[in-house]
Amino acid sequence: KKLGIVMSGAKVPADISGHMLDLDEEEDLEVFSKGNPMPNSPDSMVNQFRLDEENEEEQQGAINKDIFVTVDNPESHISAIETFITYRVVTRTTRSEFDSSKYEVRRRYQDFLWLKSRLEENYPTLIVHPLPEKFVMKSMVERFNDDFIETRRKALHRFLNRITEHPILSCSHHFKVFLTEEELAPLRKLGPGFLSRMSETMRAMANSVRGLRSKLEEFAIMQEYVDDFSNNMCSVDKVTHRITKEHREYMDELKQYGPTYFHWAESEELLAEPLKGVGSCVEKCSKETEEQIQYLSEVLVPTLHEYVLCADTLKAVMRRRDNIQAEFEAKNEALASKTTDKEMEVDDLADRVEQANNALRGDWSRWRTSMRADLKSAFISTAAKNVDYYEKVSLTYWFLFRLRKEAT
Amino acid sequence: RMAEDVKEESVASNDESDRAASDGSLSNTMLTEGSCLLRRMEICVAEAEKRSGKNAVSMQETYTVYLVETRPMDAIAEGRNPPPDSLWRRYSEFELLRNYLIVTYPYIVVPPLPEKRAEFVWHKLSADNMDPDFVERRRIGLENFLLRVASHPVLSNNEMLYQFLTKEHGWKEMVYETGFQTKADSRLRALSATFRVRNYNSFSLLQRVADRLYAVYKVHGNYGRVFSEWSAIEKEMGDGLQSAGHHMDAYAASVDDILEEEEHYADQLKEYLSYAEALRAVCRKHELSQFELEMASQDLISKKQQREELATGIVHTFSLKGMTNKLFGQEAPEQREAKLNLLEELIAEGEETVKEKTAECDEHAEKAWADIVRFKDQKDKDLKEAFINYALMQISMCKKGIQVWSNAKECFLKM
Repeated sequence: KKLGIVMSGAKVPADISGHMLDLDEEEDLEVFSKGNPMPNSPDSMVNQFRLDEENEEEQQGAINKDIFVTVDNPESHISAIETFITYRVVTRTTRSEFDSSKYEVRRRYQDFLWLKSRLEENYPTLIVHPLPEKFVMKSMVERFNDDFIETRRKALHRFLNRITEHPILSCSHHFKVFLTEEELAPLRKLGPGFLSRMSETMRAMANSVRGLRSKLEEFAIMQEYVDDFSNNMCSVDKVTHRITKEHREYMDELKQYGPTYFHWAESEELLAEPLKGVGSCVEKCSKETEEQIQYLSEVLVPTLHEYVLCADTLKAVMRRRDNIQAEFEAKNEALASKTTDKEMEVDDLADRVEQANNALRGDWSRWRTSMRADLKSAFISTAAKNVDYYEKVSLTYWFLFRLRKEAT
Repeated sequence: RMAEDVKEESVASNDESDRAASDGSLSNTMLTEGSCLLRRMEICVAEAEKRSGKNAVSMQETYTVYLVETRPMDAIAEGRNPPPDSLWRRYSEFELLRNYLIVTYPYIVVPPLPEKRAEFVWHKLSADNMDPDFVERRRIGLENFLLRVASHPVLSNNEMLYQFLTKEHGWKEMVYETGFQTKADSRLRALSATFRVRNYNSFSLLQRVADRLYAVYKVHGNYGRVFSEWSAIEKEMGDGLQSAGHHMDAYAASVDDILEEEEHYADQLKEYLSYAEALRAVCRKHELSQFELEMASQDLISKKQQREELATGIVHTFSLKGMTNKLFGQEAPEQREAKLNLLEELIAEGEETVKEKTAECDEHAEKAWADIVRFKDQKDKDLKEAFINYALMQISMCKKGIQVWSNAKECFLKM
């Protein structure tokens, strides 16, 4: 069916693959057809997001300004069959394709998964920010534990906000549906999402047997970077977890150490004051360490984790791009060996390859820029927090020193 | 530095004794017996060396010897700079000296020795008596011991101490010849051996804290390696990451110095704890001799009672003898006479004993009290100093931390 639609000669809009299909399934055609802001030609599409690094800041700012999304207010829903959490998603926008300027809906994790898979389907070589994972097995965190829910909420918020900042993805029909539809469940159930994913996997399998004829060097370099980046992110993530663990153990020991000075002070006369002084300093030190750990867990650890997931996203993007190319090559070969006469099909596939590559190129530099910004910011603020920690501890001991010096 | 402090202290203790005398509660002479040794002689434990030899059971062993150097104070004061006299001593000889002093001056709080075995070693794989850091810490501890003993108003006059410092060969035999071991009360030694101090916690937990701190710093070293690898694939971020990584390496390395200072503080705490234990031993000895005095008194009272009963024939307390006497009649007057005489002798002896023991108790109580006061003042002063230094050390550690992380932040800003 998919092939049939493409063959009919309809111009393929900017989003490369099965966009047309959505037309068939979407009941609310009106919403979709109302002033699609997406450019019709691949060139203008490329121009839109081939950003100059110097202008990037203001262009990003310009893009950001007209739609704001927040994720908050988790609530649990209990039904006969299952229990799950929903989050409130509030959208404020001045974009013309939205009927209203404010929307409020409730969404569950599955809804976010749906949105992500739709976006990946429609924009296979654009880089979609990762979702938080289903659940983290190794830490045995309960699904309904407050910390887990809060961490997830923040990640979901970031996920949606990344989309709003993306010039192409923020204009996605599915994104709009996600933000505005009261009930997403019926829409979720429909759709070839599952089927097309299946066929894509099958195509991928078939193509991997043959391998790509030739890969443009730029993508080979990109692949290498992605693999290295993935390894590096995992290492940094691991080291950071280890550091957090060691900080925790240090703090636990401090918590036991401090009281011994107060205990000791009980059996002393002249030494009681200085002993209590040292004890208070140790107490303060352990409180500051606790804050430091909190900060690491809330800022650096989640950021690194997201980029570990990003690395996987990038790998998937590279795979999908390869598949698109492989599909074209397969059909092209068939044409050459005269086993098929579907020339038009091959042309369309060639177009697809071109569009996929261009989309990736454009999004690649965009992603690199935001990756740099995110990680740089996380490391800077961690370093600043550590400076702050030492300043506070130093001050505490300084007061003790002054007190003791005066006393002698 | 220690020598100067101690010299000040020995001057101060003379002032103290003057003050004490004006109170009238303490004897002046006791505290200023002779001029203390440290005023006449400069003492230090200069070096440590490994030796091997055959021990008492002809087995090959390796041990450490320490060089004890002395120089006459008057020569130094006159500006001459004579070479020091020196001799080598093993830890066991220091131990022997201390045990001798403990027995000879049961009511003096004898300064502690550094630990015998390397029990409290920080971040080494094994507790090794040959470890250079341990040997160095021990050397310092042994020097502190000698300086404290040589500045003690009572202990510093001891002949065996002087010989320890000046007579290399035959010193051990000399000490044994004093027969001090027979005087040693084995019960007391057993009591002293139980090292149960509630303040021990600060010291042992300090060590665990230091271990954890070590781990925190060292783990940051991994950032160095990982940032370096990562920087290889990044164009814009590469330099920033690489240099930040170097700062992380520096941060990890800085913990070694920090721990050395924490170790020093821990040694000071430990010294106090050992001192406190010695103090406890002195108190126990006093209790024991009080007990002995009471026993002697009770014995005297009971003997006097027996004499009275024998003399008057009135039995005040129930006894089997009394009963049998009643039943079978009392003994012959000659036997009674003999018994009475014997009792008179015993009573006379008993009274002498009680008198002696009472005098002993009183004298030792005074001495002990004086030394306890001296010890407490010394301890309070030492520990206050130790806490100030601990605070300074923490501040210095924080300053380094601020430096490293500010530098790292600068590098990250350049990413």
